[in-house]
Formats: sequence, structure tokens, C-alpha cells
Amino acid sequence: MEDIDPLRDDILREVREAGSPEVLEAIRVSALGRRGRLTLLMRGLGELGPEARRVAGAALNAAKDEIAASLAEASDRLHRAALANRLAGERADVTLPVLPGPPSGCDTGRIHPISQTIDEIIAIFGEMGFVVAEGPHIEDDFYNFTALNIPPDHPARQEHDTFYLPPRVDGSRLVLRTHTSPVQIRTMLAQPPPLRIIVPGRTFRADHDSTHSPMFHQVEGLVIDRTTHMGHLKGCLIEFCRAFFDVEDLPVRFRPSYFPFTEPSAEVDIGCSRAGGELKIGHGGANGPQDWLEILGSGMVHPQVLRNCGIDPAEYQGFAFGMGIERVAMLKYGIPDLRTFYDSDLRWLRHYGFLPLDIPSPVRGALSGGAAA
Amino acid sequence: MKTTLSWLKVHLDTEAPAADIAERLIMLGHDVEGVEDRAAGLAGFVVARVVSAEPHPNADRLRVCVVDAGAGEVQVVCGAPNARTGMKGVFGPAGVRIPKTGTVLTASAIRGVASNGMLMSAAELALGDDHAGIIELPDDAAIGTSYASLVGLDDPVIDLKVTPNRADCLGVRGIARDLAASGIGRLKPLDATAVEGSFRSPIAIHIEDRVACPLFLGRHLRGLKNGPSPRWLRDRIEAIGLRPVSALVDITNLLTFDLNRPLHVFDAGKLAGDLTVRFARSGERILALNGREYTLDPDITAIADRNGVQSLGGVIGGEPTGVSEATAEVFVEAALFDRVRTAATGRRLEIVSDARYRFERGIDPAFVAPGLEIATRLILELCGGEPSDIVVAGAEPEWRRSYLLRPERMAALGGLHVPPAESCAILEALGCTVGEAARHDGSLTVSPPPWRGDIEGEADLVEEVLRVKGYDCIPVVALPRDSVVSRPAIDHRRRRVELARRTLAGRGLVEAVTFSFISSGAAALFGGDKPQLRVVNPISADLDAMRPSVLPGLVEAARRNADRGFPDVALFELGPLYRDDRPEGQANVAAGLRAGQVRPRDWREAARAPDLYDAKADALAALAAAGAPIENIQASADPPPWYHPGRAGRLRLGPTELGHFGELHPDILEAFEVKGPIAAFEAFIDAAPLPRAGRARPNLRLSVFQPVERDFAFIVDRDLPAETLLRAARGVDRKLVGEIRLFDVYEGKGLPEGRKSLAITVVLQPQEATLTDAEIEGFSKRLVTAVEKATGGALRG
Repeated sequence: MEDIDPLRDDILREVREAGSPEVLEAIRVSALGRRGRLTLLMRGLGELGPEARRVAGAALNAAKDEIAASLAEASDRLHRAALANRLAGERADVTLPVLPGPPSGCDTGRIHPISQTIDEIIAIFGEMGFVVAEGPHIEDDFYNFTALNIPPDHPARQEHDTFYLPPRVDGSRLVLRTHTSPVQIRTMLAQPPPLRIIVPGRTFRADHDSTHSPMFHQVEGLVIDRTTHMGHLKGCLIEFCRAFFDVEDLPVRFRPSYFPFTEPSAEVDIGCSRAGGELKIGHGGANGPQDWLEILGSGMVHPQVLRNCGIDPAEYQGFAFGMGIERVAMLKYGIPDLRTFYDSDLRWLRHYGFLPLDIPSPVRGALSGGAAA
Repeated sequence: MKTTLSWLKVHLDTEAPAADIAERLIMLGHDVEGVEDRAAGLAGFVVARVVSAEPHPNADRLRVCVVDAGAGEVQVVCGAPNARTGMKGVFGPAGVRIPKTGTVLTASAIRGVASNGMLMSAAELALGDDHAGIIELPDDAAIGTSYASLVGLDDPVIDLKVTPNRADCLGVRGIARDLAASGIGRLKPLDATAVEGSFRSPIAIHIEDRVACPLFLGRHLRGLKNGPSPRWLRDRIEAIGLRPVSALVDITNLLTFDLNRPLHVFDAGKLAGDLTVRFARSGERILALNGREYTLDPDITAIADRNGVQSLGGVIGGEPTGVSEATAEVFVEAALFDRVRTAATGRRLEIVSDARYRFERGIDPAFVAPGLEIATRLILELCGGEPSDIVVAGAEPEWRRSYLLRPERMAALGGLHVPPAESCAILEALGCTVGEAARHDGSLTVSPPPWRGDIEGEADLVEEVLRVKGYDCIPVVALPRDSVVSRPAIDHRRRRVELARRTLAGRGLVEAVTFSFISSGAAALFGGDKPQLRVVNPISADLDAMRPSVLPGLVEAARRNADRGFPDVALFELGPLYRDDRPEGQANVAAGLRAGQVRPRDWREAARAPDLYDAKADALAALAAAGAPIENIQASADPPPWYHPGRAGRLRLGPTELGHFGELHPDILEAFEVKGPIAAFEAFIDAAPLPRAGRARPNLRLSVFQPVERDFAFIVDRDLPAETLLRAARGVDRKLVGEIRLFDVYEGKGLPEGRKSLAITVVLQPQEATLTDAEIEGFSKRLVTAVEKATGGALRG
């Protein structure tokens, strides 16, 4: 049997020098094809004795593998070169002017329900004198927890399912903010009272199932002045709930709860009925609401949080609240599944989305006074 | 936290039904997740005696039974092998619903014999898997009584969510105390009378670190017999979802859930010498009661005897010294363990236990001895035996403190006037010691009870009073508008984001919201994947890097839509990208893409694939909405690597980069397995200069003279940027030239190789007088000269 090394080297050199996919294919056929040079040698193995067959077979197989690898590499190289060549020929003049309008005949776009809901919330609170504030998503542990009266060993931390980023060079721990509340701290540290802010934005928790998304949206509210008390908290949030859900006599219930950064704290529920399996927000009839839906957490800002921000709790006080934007959007617009918000399914976006000019108008709440619920 | 109504009534004297109690708990701040009425499905099933059981005349395996359920005798046909004369069982008369199947029992004839009900198996009542035979009841079960009440299932289970501050309500008595304070019942006294010891405990206790364990009480009990708990204890334990084990174990569970007093019981016969509370040594091991072995380190609070660590303080006990049926002597531990250390140990070893949950939230520091006495009495009662004296190590930590509650603060913070006497009554009902403050203005000096470590100031006292009175009592007050300076709700920065959003939607793009984290591989393709922007604990490997660009999420979305059969995609997102981990590293960007066809086929115009000019127009529209002076924005053919090198560009305003646009690079399409071309853009909204303050527009001068249009075509080098020509044309006479439109680009037949023709319309707008032909001619000459000079081209003849 002839020595295969020169043959192998010849083929490898041909492969290296191949300048087009066609040439490469011809080399492949002539080497490894049905009547290829190596293929014929393989067939010749049968005529050898067992020991010689073993040695020659191993060598042939090694050569075959080497050639195949070299062919693949060359094919990739030629493919890249062809692509680069093609791209080099595809030159457009990027300075050509474009007409300002949308491409003619294209469909109308939509605003995502999350954006629309945020705009609606801003419109309502804007009428009450709130201004929008924003803050970073990659947040210092201090703003997200410690300054909010949640020290490192606080049991409430365990309920936050926090995402972490590598610590900064100075050792400070970074988290993806688990709520919009750190913006309370940033605002109080940056501006003197009185304050009235709302903070819409992205929040993150390491939880993923049918009712939790690792990213979701919250809106935070903060009022700081000298005289605002629990009665104002109730007034403000009742007004919001009724305006947002557009139900004038919407029952709103406040019940005690716990947040490390508020004291006293309150959860806010709205009345609903589930007659015939359909959720309806509002009075369930003459006997009051059938059931309650929790939509907001709230409370008077904790004195320690004020102190942490350099504000004297003997002089200033106020309230804060937070709610999930997806949750209220789902309730208001009858969207059944949280996960669909982030799926970008065009059919969903066109169905639940809003027309571009559907800008929420400011709502002046008609707080009639009197007790809630 | 679960309790049953009857368990609650052990501590609370009340006639209120479960529904009222649940409602009150909610309004006290204990969210009720459910009230489970376990008896609901068992309505109608009663205790009955089988008066006679005879073989069925027509079936070998059936029996004809006459049963007495208290309302006369009834005949039923029964297939159970254990149905026999004289036994007692559970009878379901015709008309009841069978829990297992949901069907209603009807009177019928089975193989020709009338059957007017059914004797029930446990499986049919959905109380277990046992369907081998009917339930057999003890002889003393009274005929006609409800089966549910006989077995204690007529006791609703209340499941409530205790907030992290209310450790005291992790015991049923704490819940009862809150309810009593709200007036729905009366808190019954608790008997914690000391039990006299009859011998000295042979086991002593030593504490090495008083921070980790301030107080440790122990008691030896000997000559006892551990066995199954009595029915009342087993029922309680089972009702809240625990498994009864033995009297000793059930007693520790009872103390945990009833009084929030976790205990540990060692089998004293298996202990070697005294117990020492100390930090574990590196590498020490313990086989815990959950069957798993743990390797310890020096941060862990261990309880050790001569042989080594036998228990992890406040977290879990050890298997080798745990109690069994054979246990005859025990050492009962009642101790206080540090909250922080307990939490850290639990986290480190990943042990979730009822003890840990309570110690890390705080245990009543004054209830160590009473808890031990109550446990002692229960052990003596259920297991017999003889108690030792109590051995003590450490001391009760100081918990006494007091705060002032001013009545005016009540109103100023809580929004409700509460008379001091009423506040006093509420706080006393909650266990506070209340006195009149020395200032004699109605202010109260309030010392919270030892189990309320969460009360840390006046604001907490205000909450306690409001909570018990009910938030409903607080009058609703409209938030006054006049206490803040009136400002627009959104500033320029936010406003232009909103404008860009609605502008892009107006251009036919559909808004998407995609995650801020993407896969690190995708991040790398879009110029990102910095180590400091990797999520340390991602929810999945696909979401492990903060995005350097919004585009990867949109390309993914385009692919998903195409895979569903909707390849014509026009999407945008207005959201953040992350350049580094500082607040300034986060920026708002408008990004979008168009794929498939820009619009469907139409009789007036053919369908068309998107190109870089669509992307450029989108990007410029977003930037214009953001207030950028787009007439000054320069496009250059040096796109970032994720774009097609020849069909994409960057947008700059002077040195500031404002965006990218163009077709995505074929490598990106391949990596995302999506079909091209895709025309994409990124517009850096935050980078656009904010418009100058002031709303006044420049003065508008409207010329009374007719404008004149002239067309010109130039043959130039194919690679000449059109902008070069346009700039030259604009510069000819800035006063006279109103507008220049490029209306034709031509290459090919009739033109030399490597050349193209650019045709423009120039609109001349005279201000002073109508233009004469000579003036127009002069302008044209100057324009041709200027353009030819700037471009090296020639007027097309």
C-alpha cells in the first residue's frame, strides 16, 4: 500500500489554496467522494493482512479526519470572505435625506398597556400636585434596604428575592432594586420638604411563575410636609382608586399592615364582585362589595426613615405608597395573564395596546368626603 | 400561621363565629388567607348503629343492613366486607352529597332490594385512601350525632399571614390577645404556676457567649413514659398541618404554636455530662432531627455535651439525643437565642424550622420560665414522671422601656382624636403598662410588654391605637392642593421620553416591553457583557446580563412573532440600557426594528421590505420628538459591529452620538435565527440636548413674493455622500434658498461606470422683490459652480 502522507499533504495544500466554494467542493469530491483518492485507498485495505490493515486503516482514518476538518475550516473561511465581499459591495449612502412621515400604508402602532397605565396614574396624581421622580435600577443596598429601615438581618429582606450584581470596587453591595422605594430616599436626600412625588418604573425580584415576573413595574408615591396625616393618606388614595378605575362609588378599604419603612402602615383594598365568574370592580350591590382586591401598600413615613434622610420627624411627616402597575392594569383592562406583558406578541399588543394619540387626560378627583366603603 | 376556632377559644372567651373573627383579624392587620370549614363536606353524615346485617338474597358480596341513625330504622344495601350486626358506622341518608364523587345519594333498589342511604368508607368521605371497608366507630359514639363533630372536624381552620413584626402572633395566644383588645372576646388567664422540683438536676448549663444566648433554663424529668398524645392534642396538631409524633414531641410543638415558646427536649439518657452553649468549632458535625448531617463553623451557636454538638441553638435539635418511644428521662431546654445569629445559621445551613422562624423574629424574653413550667406540667400530665429543680444560666435581658404618647400626636399623625382614656384602655389590653405622664396634659407614658419588641416609639403606639380602634374610624380628608408649589407633573426629561414614545407609535411601530436582563452571549454581540453588569444570581442563564442595548430583546421578539407565523414586525421599546453599574450608566433609549414587509401588498403600491432609510427616518423622528435639532444631525457610515457595515450608520450632533440605524448584520440574524433584512435603530433620547428654556418662537416673516423652483441634476462619483452636494447647494445663498429637496438618485444605463446622478429641487424665496430671470440665471450659475467644486461632479446635460 502506498504511503498516504504525501497524498494527505497534497490534498491539504489544495484545500488551503482553494479560492471558491466550487473549487473546495471539487477537492472534497476528489478526495473523499465515492471515487475519491482516499476512498479508493480505504477500499484497498481489504487486500492487506490483518496487522497491516490495522496500521494502514488507522493512518487513513486520521488523514480523513484531518482533511475533513480542514475542509470545514476552509468552507467557513470562504463563507466569511464571501460575506465580507458581499457586504463590501452592499454600500448605501447613509447621508441620503429621508422624508419625515411614517412609511406610507403601514399599520398604526400601539402604546403598551404598561406605558398607558403609567400615564394614567401620572395624570391623576399630577392633578393632586405630585411630580414624577425617577431613579436607577441598579441600586445600592443602602438605598434599597438600609435607609428604608431594613437592616441586613431584617426578616423582611427574605421576602424580597433580591437579584445581586457584583459589589463595587469600594465594597458596596449592588442590587437590582426590588421596589421603587429607594427613590423616596434619593429624593429626600436631594430636596428639602415639602415633597410630593410619584415614581413609576421597573423593579426586579428573583421569582418567576404564573403570577410573578422577574421584572415588573411599580409606582411609588411620597408626600412630605408638616401636617399630612392618615386621613390625608386615605383621602388621596381613595381619590386615586376611584379616578383610576373610573367608579365613582368604588368601596376602598384600609387595613393595618406592616412595612419596615412606614408606621402606621396600611394595605388598601378595593371592592369587587365575582358574580357569574366575572370580576367586576366596584359595589357588588346593595349589601356592599362581595369581595376585596388588594392593590396598594401604604403608610406614614417611618420616623427613622426621615432621620436617615436628614429630615427631623418632629417637624416633618407624610405618607408613602406603592403599587404594582401590571396588577392594576390587569384589573382595569381585564388582562388575564401577567407573563403576556413581556412576550411582545403583536396580536396581544394590538389587542390590549392603545392608539398613539390616546393620551390620558388629567382627572380631577371628585372626593365627596364622607367615609370610605 | 394556622389555628382552629376551638384552639383560639382556649385563650379567648367569645361566642363570635369564625367568619366574624376572620373579619376582625383582617382589620387588626392579620391578613386571613382562608377559613377552611372542614365539616362543610360532611354535612348530613351521622353516627348510626347497624341493627342487623343479613346476606343479600340476589348477590353474594352484598349485605342488606338495617341501620338506626336516630330517626327510625332504615334499610340499606352495603358491599363492605366488615358490615356486621351491632357495629357503629357513618351513615349517609338519601339526599346527602358524597364528598369523594360530588354526587347526591338517592334512594334506589340494588339487585331488587331497596336501599335508602349508604354506610360510608373513609375514601368516600374524602378523608383518606381507605376504601377496603366502612368506617367503624367506637361503641360510645352517640347515635344520630354529626360525624364531623364526633371527630372534631367541625372546627374551622383559620389561616392567617402574620407580618414579620408580629412575632407574638406566631402563637395562638398572641392572636387571642389582639382579638380580645379589639373587643370581640375576653382573654382568659394563663396558668403558669411553678412546679416544685423534687431533686437537683444532674445536668448543669454553661453559657460561653451571652450575646448568642442571654438566658438558658433547663429541667430534668425522670421516670416518665413517652407514648402517643391524647386525642385533643393530636387533633390540634393535625388541624394546623403537623404530624403527631409522640407526647413529648407534640408538647414542644404545642408550646411553639400555642405560646410562641419553642422548646427543645433532649433524651437525658443519651446526654453525656453538662450542656454548654458555645460557638461550634470548625468542622464539627451534627446529624440533625431532619435526618441531614451538617458541618459547622465558628459562627454557629451550638449546644454541646461532653461528646460534642447535640443541638443548634434556636434552629434544630440533634438526632442522636432526640426523644423516642423508649425515652424515660428528658432534659427540657427553654432558652433565648440571638435573632441575627439564628437567622445567619439558618441561612448558612439552609435549615427552615419553626424554631428558627420564631427566634429570628423575636421571642418574649420574660416568658422563658413560664413556658418551661407549662411544658413541665404537660409532660407530667401526659407522661408522668418526676421533675427536678430548674437550672438557670444567664439572665433575662432588659426589655423594659417606655415612650410618651401625646394625644395631639395621635390626631396629628393618625388623623383621629382619641381620648387618652381610650388610648390607655387599648394599650393596656395589648399588655402595655400605661401611666399618666408627669406633664398632666393627657399624655401617657407607655411601657410595651416584653412580647412586643416591635414597638419602638410614639408612631408605633399611634398605630396600635388606630389598629385596634379600626382604620375605618379615621376620617377621610382630601389632600390639600395648596401646600406644594405648582409644577408640571413631568419635567422636560420625562416629557420627551413620552413624546418619543407616542411619536414612534404614530409611525406604525408597536411598543414592546422586554426584560432589562438578557443572555450574556447576546449582550456580548451588542457591545456589552461587562463583568460588573452580570447578575450574580440570575433566574436563568438566558437572563444573566444587564442589557447594553434594547435591540436584542426586540430581535428575540421579532423571531418569536415570525415563528408564530407573523413575520411582518414593527416593534419599538422605550426603556433603559446599562453602560455600567452607576446611576449615570443607565440611559433611556428608543430602539426599534422593522422586519418582513413594511406594509402589506396593495393595489396602489407593491409590498416592500424595510431598509436603512426606514430606520433612519424612525431614529430621526424619535430624536426630533426628544427636541434634538435634526437639521444639524450628521449621519456617517461607521456603524457599530451589530449593524451591516455598508447599510447602516451613526447619528451625531457635533461630537455627541445620538443614535445608530441601518440593517442588522447578517451574523446577528444568524445568531438569533431570524430572517432578514431587519432595519433597526437606536436613538439616545437622554443624550439629545435639552431645548432652551423659554417658549417664544423667532419672529415669523412671511414674504409677499412668489417662490421659484428650479431643478438641477449632477453626475458625481458613486460613493459621494449626498450630504456633500446638499451642503454645497445650501451654502450658495442662505438668504435666498428656502428649501432643497433631493428627489432622484440614479445609477446605470446612460451614465459612466462608477458615477451616479443626484437630482435636486431648489426653492428660491425672495424677500425684497420678485426675482428676475437674470437673477435666477445668476443664482443657477453660482449653484452649479459651487456644487461642481464641492463634489468634483458635473451638471448633467
